[in-house]
Amino acid sequence: MSDSMRDKQAGLLLDEPLIFERSRSGQMGFDAPELEEADELLPPELLRDAIEGMPEVSEPEVVRHFLRLSQWNLSAATTFYPLGSCTMKYNPIANEAAARMAGFAGLHPMAPDELAQGALELMAELQDMLAEVSGMDAVSLQPAAGAQGELTGMKMVRAYHSDRGDARRTVLIPASAHGTNPASAALCGYEVQQLEGNALGVVEADAVRKAIGPHVAALMITNPNTLGIFEREIAQVAEVVHQAGGLVYLDGANFNALMGVAKPGHMGADVLQFNLHKTFSTPHGGGGPGAGPVGVRQVLADYLPNPRIVRDGEVWRWSDAAPKSIGRVRSFHGNFGMFVRAYAFIQALGGNGLMRATQMAVLNANYVRARLEEIYHLAVPGLCMHECVLTDKHLEPTGISTLDVAKRLLDYGFYAPTIYFPLVVSGALMIEPTESESLETLDEFIAAMIAISEEAASDPNAIHAAPTLTPVGRLDEARAARKPVLRWKAD
Amino acid sequence: MRFLPQTDDSVRRMLEVVGVGSLEELFTDVPAELRATAGVDLADGLSESDTLRRLGDLADRNSAARTLSFLGAGAYQHFVPAAVDNLLQRAEFYSAYTPYQPEVSQGTLQAIFEFQSMIAMILGLDVANASMYDGASATAEAALMALRVQRNRQRLVVARSLHPEYRQVLNTYLQGVRDVDLVEVGFGPDGRVDGAALEKFVDDGAAAVIIGTPNFFGVIEDVAAVSRLAAAHGVLTITATAEAMALAAVRAPGDLGADIAVAEGQSLGVPLSYGGPGVGLFAARDRHVRSMPGRLVGEAYDEDGRRGYVLTLATREQHIRRERATSNICTNQGLIALAVTVYLSLVGKEGLRRLGRLNLQRAHRARDLICRGGRQQVFEAPFFNEFAVRGSNVEKTLKRARDAGVVAGVPLGRWYPELDDAMLVAVTEVHSEAEVERLAEVLNG
Amino acid sequence: MEFPDDLKYSKEHEWVLVEENVATIGISAFAEHQLGDVVFVELPATGDEVAKDEAMGVVESVKAVSDVYSPVSGEVVEVNDDLPENTELVNDDPYGDGWMVKIEMTDPTDLDDLMDCEEYQKFCAETSG
Repeated sequence: MSDSMRDKQAGLLLDEPLIFERSRSGQMGFDAPELEEADELLPPELLRDAIEGMPEVSEPEVVRHFLRLSQWNLSAATTFYPLGSCTMKYNPIANEAAARMAGFAGLHPMAPDELAQGALELMAELQDMLAEVSGMDAVSLQPAAGAQGELTGMKMVRAYHSDRGDARRTVLIPASAHGTNPASAALCGYEVQQLEGNALGVVEADAVRKAIGPHVAALMITNPNTLGIFEREIAQVAEVVHQAGGLVYLDGANFNALMGVAKPGHMGADVLQFNLHKTFSTPHGGGGPGAGPVGVRQVLADYLPNPRIVRDGEVWRWSDAAPKSIGRVRSFHGNFGMFVRAYAFIQALGGNGLMRATQMAVLNANYVRARLEEIYHLAVPGLCMHECVLTDKHLEPTGISTLDVAKRLLDYGFYAPTIYFPLVVSGALMIEPTESESLETLDEFIAAMIAISEEAASDPNAIHAAPTLTPVGRLDEARAARKPVLRWKAD
Repeated sequence: MRFLPQTDDSVRRMLEVVGVGSLEELFTDVPAELRATAGVDLADGLSESDTLRRLGDLADRNSAARTLSFLGAGAYQHFVPAAVDNLLQRAEFYSAYTPYQPEVSQGTLQAIFEFQSMIAMILGLDVANASMYDGASATAEAALMALRVQRNRQRLVVARSLHPEYRQVLNTYLQGVRDVDLVEVGFGPDGRVDGAALEKFVDDGAAAVIIGTPNFFGVIEDVAAVSRLAAAHGVLTITATAEAMALAAVRAPGDLGADIAVAEGQSLGVPLSYGGPGVGLFAARDRHVRSMPGRLVGEAYDEDGRRGYVLTLATREQHIRRERATSNICTNQGLIALAVTVYLSLVGKEGLRRLGRLNLQRAHRARDLICRGGRQQVFEAPFFNEFAVRGSNVEKTLKRARDAGVVAGVPLGRWYPELDDAMLVAVTEVHSEAEVERLAEVLNG
Repeated sequence: MEFPDDLKYSKEHEWVLVEENVATIGISAFAEHQLGDVVFVELPATGDEVAKDEAMGVVESVKAVSDVYSPVSGEVVEVNDDLPENTELVNDDPYGDGWMVKIEMTDPTDLDDLMDCEEYQKFCAETSG
């Protein structure tokens, strides 16, 4: 497509202004009666007039606006979306239907327990299922997302130590960790001490032994790690931490590699979070909502958030009674709509299906790795788990970088892998295909990656100019950050 | 298995390329002693119809969802136009993630930009972020932000009339954070924060004062007076609004002097869903933007001058600043923020004004009927669509109402022992005149 | 990449121009190149006391943050007020219009720890290798 065409409304790339720019005084997308007398119900100094600048748009135009916006997105449903560490698997449509059942969607969180038994039972069962898959002893579904699960877990770690009068101040975190790990630890008042992995990206028990001491509250470790490698020494590492009186927080972001294969509860993890939007198929929603349940071993069970689900004779109830609980991390009971979806997913797959999903996810990642490692440089040699990390090292002479590869992939109709993460790998391209992709799709992606590598040598300018088949080209992020425009304003 | 596309033949071919003999061999990195040899002890998978049947059974056992209800207390029943959920079911929206590649995420990015713009307008502040988890955690994040902005001030003054769960979350978030001194101030007989107590604690040692408005009792606080007092001592005013619909009828916190305003956005186009997912709304003043938590989307241009949107000011965030980030938040409530954006687009400027008045009118009508029947309103200060009423035996009254097919309200004694004879009733535009009459009847029967 | 030979350099990639008792400080071409387009600069205020090797400011690009450390102890006597509004100066002219602060030194021996142009170039080569 020519640039001049892209400038206009053309073909499948329809122009769409801001909703505010579609606004026309007098248009309405909603009918409600006018009640002048209600103005008397509040003192004039409190009563608000119509809000200047809010859109005035009819229903058909609102629908068209957002439909067009939706068409400017690549998504996991439309496209292979190999965003490493995010597990962009298929979101079953039936889960969407289930979450919208009137008995779920219309249920008020303050409803008397007797009138919400289905919801409570679903949550109780989901807790048990997550405990079984992970080998943990108890689960709370409350945290709203993975990072809030980390926060919850680390607050429990803190409560555990202060219960023992033990003022530990440091948390060990490998350099390859997600930024949420140090950020969550810091939010609990901890200092972060960075651990280096070995040449294979794995944390060795010896390294932990050197760093450990009575000042260490916990080790936060992701398994498999962000290089897609199983932490082989995890059991020994956990033992070292436990012997020094510390606890092990296992970041479950990569749990999709473990279902039916290995259980964190058996690796020495004391606490972990699940990311229901990764492993258990709930939609990523363009950034959320997620859900970040936490699982704990018995040693931390007293500290789980309140309220908890208890069985009271024949009924399920909420109980605030646990005295050592860290309390609440959010209102009500968590992102319940996500629990319905995750529950439906687990029901649909069953125990064997979950294991099969993990096997397929790991097979897919290894297939991509095996096909591309001849061309792209592999960050860590050998088998990987659910994702593999490539680098742009072989492209150095061409002047093409990881960012360019990512942008060119968009022209080929693929979303880009996670790039420049983990930070310990220069020019990382982190590819996570998930179990949802067929061999044929993987082959198409691999062909695109190979073609880009060839283009880098033959026609680097084409790659520098990428993407060209998108509604906009590369955007000037520096200018956007220097003089930020963060909202539309009425003139 | 219907979600797994690989055939036995594909698996065979792929194993060959990988160079291993079996699926099990892919996991040789996992030490034998850590293998879950027994697999996962869960039932076999179900067909789609059986899955939905099981879920349907569970859904049916939530009879509260079918019952006439006047529950509020932080989650509200409002009408959601059908177009909102229809657009939310576009998989291009819901199956994308955080827009890391802006060129193929302009739909999400532009929608967030529109969201930020609308939220800034309804909260009356300069800048809003791309969403927080919920109103409660947004309140806690606002408190942490105030402590960052007010470097040498340790005290947080919190109104006891702020939603109890918001206060609980605030407490949890502050465990282990510096030497924060959390002070709670009570409420006066009219239901608003106790001005005298406030004056005692709002001084140059305080970082922020945090109030709910409407507060947990449905009472509209005098934000102007509180923020005047706070500003005089260099203290930031944080408001938390659990019922965002109130912003349609009540002057915006930012316009009344709040420095940070947060809200739970569930009322604006989001189903109750047993309390989640909702969405935390978060807005502040321009001068504090670099201390804000959460994602921000900004306008940007490509080489040819085409306008687009990108994630910006990301150096505040955990993926770059790690332990020094303004928050640990990563995944937020993106899709729910989209629901709010579509909802506000449809309802629009005039619809919002009318809905605000409609809620005021229905709730005041209910109050009049209930009080005419002999019950007493607990607090006299102005309210929006929720209010507290007294009754001799709250539990008994609620039980009687339930038996008559009405979930009438939330008893307050659980959080406020001194109000154990009171309950909270929320009435919105979804309640018809006949339903309001029915409520008065069962409460006073 | 240019490294003027009349400047001294720190391991944190600041450069120092010494004129009598006043040190003018900025970040080196190596540092600005590593960061990419600078979009935000936060500097101390005139009159602030700064200590050697302590953070006195921040520079940010779109995807990276870096503290600016003071290579010397002393009092800030002048700040480049143009920078916060024109952060691109750090990239366009790191040793000229992109200067950051002038510090009146309390201890000129602070300078002894700094590298000359040649040493610094070697240091950079090792860092990026």
